[in-house]
Amino acid sequence: MSLPFDQSEKLAAYAHPEKLVTTQWLADHLGEPGLVVVESDEDVLLWNTGHIAGSVKVDWHTELNDSVTRDYVDGEGFAALMSAKGISREDTVVVYGDKNNWWAAYALWVFTLFGHPDVRLLDGGRAKWIAEDRPTTTDAPAPTATTYPVVERQDAGVRAFKEDVLAHLGGKLIDVRSPQEYTGERTHMPDYPEEGTVRGGHIPGADSVPWARAAAEDGTFKPRSELEAIYQDEKGLSPQDDVIAYCRIGERSSHTWFVLSALLGFDTVRNYDGSWTEWGNAVRVPIAKGPDKGGPA
Amino acid sequence: MSDDLDPSPTAGLPPAMAEIVEDFQALPDRERLQLLLEFSNGLKPLPAEFDGHPELMERVDECQSPVFVVVEVDPSQAVHLHVSAPPEAPTTRGFAGVLQEGLEGLPAQVVLDLPPDVCSRLGLDRAVSPLRMRGMTGMLARVKRQIRVSTAA
Repeated sequence: MSLPFDQSEKLAAYAHPEKLVTTQWLADHLGEPGLVVVESDEDVLLWNTGHIAGSVKVDWHTELNDSVTRDYVDGEGFAALMSAKGISREDTVVVYGDKNNWWAAYALWVFTLFGHPDVRLLDGGRAKWIAEDRPTTTDAPAPTATTYPVVERQDAGVRAFKEDVLAHLGGKLIDVRSPQEYTGERTHMPDYPEEGTVRGGHIPGADSVPWARAAAEDGTFKPRSELEAIYQDEKGLSPQDDVIAYCRIGERSSHTWFVLSALLGFDTVRNYDGSWTEWGNAVRVPIAKGPDKGGPA
Repeated sequence: MSDDLDPSPTAGLPPAMAEIVEDFQALPDRERLQLLLEFSNGLKPLPAEFDGHPELMERVDECQSPVFVVVEVDPSQAVHLHVSAPPEAPTTRGFAGVLQEGLEGLPAQVVLDLPPDVCSRLGLDRAVSPLRMRGMTGMLARVKRQIRVSTAA
């Protein structure tokens, strides 16, 4: 049973207003049957310091990723996770998190790989909820295990692998990292030359659109008209384009994936989760350095 | 010094740090995080001379959050660590708390001789992402560098 959609005016302008809710909507519906709130943060301890009442923590590192292979959990793993968190296939899931919802968007994207029917993002995330002095608690919920079906993960359509990106060279690519990472000026942290990636730069032909350009001061998404001005007017993308977004490990590009697919209604947007930690370490893949996009190799 | 042939997580550690490592190692994964949260809550507030003065401290770039660290080496060569880390970064605060408690009052040379992998001895690698672990390793590296600078003068 799905909860009603948020009818707020700002959200109504987006291509898929049913994919997100405002903090007011969540405050109004908190505790209703059929709603599960999920917090997903970069910081694995943040939820423990205080969270929206009844919310369950889903950790990207220990719960969504496979612990051995660099991949996501499989259908059985996801079903077990959902069951443990008290989430049914019919539930409306609202995800929120820290860092402008990077990890929340990433979690939502993983839910999408398993086709969870109704999953929405809290516009503004954890920061906005707290900035509005809305209540939090350290009480841990005790979810009742559900029977979540084993659904095979469907990567096609929303996830790109390195081979897909190689085949896509010459097509539309968006690099959402910082300008310094894009140019290759920053390849590693000071004092740690051995960490990160062995090569700096970007995938040839990729446009630089740092993820933060889609975010307003308060962490909410910018209104649709402002997003169109960036991605469509300035970068010349069109909703019919086949677009691949990437960053360092796929979390910031999940934010942009959400912007393009849910807010602007692009039909084909894939997140390349291997991102720069794969590309910048891969042997013999083409790389462009400097501020120019560089042509396809 | 750490030795690749010695598998003990406390090998080469001064007593206070060895005790912290033992406390972590004695717990199952989930409770290790809870202990880290306690260290996060126990991080001491900055002394007055640094409070509100990040320009007097060093930013730890390896941390995603604004984290600042400053080390004082007193006339007896004992080390005192001060760290500023926001409440939105409890994991980083927790690591800072571990270092603060584990290093407090140690002779400068003992801190310089700490094995570089001391952070991973806590057994949090499975629960904490590599990026976070890098933040803590970065913090320790900066602590050592500041000690080297202030003891060389």
